[in-house]
Amino acid sequence: MMKQHIATPSATSHVQQQHPISMYLKVWLLLFVLSACSYMVDYFEFQGMLRWTLILAFMFLKAGLIIMFFMHLAWERMAVKLLLFLPPIAILIFIVLMSSEADYVFISRMLSFFNP
Amino acid sequence: MPNNQHQEHTEADKSSSWQSVKNDWGADKQAFDMPWGKLMMWIFLLSDTFIFSIFLISYMNVRMSVTVPWPNPSEVFALTIAGHHIPLVLIAIMTFILITSSGTMAMAVNYAYQGNKKKTVYLMVTTALLGASFIGMQAFEWTKLIVEEGIRPWDNPMGANQFGAAFFMITGFHGLHVSAGVIYLALIAKRVNQGKYDNKGYQIVEITGLYWHFVDLVWVFIFAFFYLW
Repeated sequence: MMKQHIATPSATSHVQQQHPISMYLKVWLLLFVLSACSYMVDYFEFQGMLRWTLILAFMFLKAGLIIMFFMHLAWERMAVKLLLFLPPIAILIFIVLMSSEADYVFISRMLSFFNP
Repeated sequence: MPNNQHQEHTEADKSSSWQSVKNDWGADKQAFDMPWGKLMMWIFLLSDTFIFSIFLISYMNVRMSVTVPWPNPSEVFALTIAGHHIPLVLIAIMTFILITSSGTMAMAVNYAYQGNKKKTVYLMVTTALLGASFIGMQAFEWTKLIVEEGIRPWDNPMGANQFGAAFFMITGFHGLHVSAGVIYLALIAKRVNQGKYDNKGYQIVEITGLYWHFVDLVWVFIFAFFYLW
């Protein structure tokens, strides 16, 4: 019975996503503008903290728009959001570990290659 | 019967989304209320997130620890068009193409659920063609880097050798995903056109769309971290 239910979802099943086309066009336009902005960061040669902040801000905005609206995660249930957003915390921890490791390797190289 | 249960939960969920998590996991039913193919695609994409993260983290690691200068991507990927020297121009065009393909894919999903088969197929084919043009530009970019600049995965005349390794690994793996996506899209578009999903429902188009949007999503991160940083 369960299997049948999965294999033949009814036409009115709420898993379907119905949104006006205008929503997709707005998100699309926003993504275009944000991409243009992140390209401008490079074109105008911003440097240092300002560059990195802007790159990250535009990147997260674009990623958020794609995940939430194009992939319809905004309308998914909380259990699905947790499934997708909790495991990547391990990635954040890995980034912290590897950046401190990279610093250590860099310092070791400087000490042993350039300061005999 | 299962449908009635879902309806009740949806009403109760409006009060608290944490309550809905409790209901989904605590009740004697499948935890994730979606077609199994869609759930499997989400889990696959989650695992793929880890793979791309590992590539990007290893890139971060080598870039932070090299003692020779890292080539400036803005200059490496610059092109001279009609006498104008434009930094990163091909990459910018590729970014816009991929975003456009994501837009056409999102609309294909929408038309699929409206039951408009013809528009769905057209939009999916458009998405696949945009993806194919992306691969074409990437092939051009790789050729330029290998033949003209002499960059190899183990060698780089412009500075840090790790630049070549990271570049070919990351963009190559992403390019493979785009290529697989183009084949996947073409296949599903053909089957939709043949009417194979008329009775099953068009969830498959949304599942294909999830994969395609993910490929676009990964490019957002590669664009930011590899090309702009």
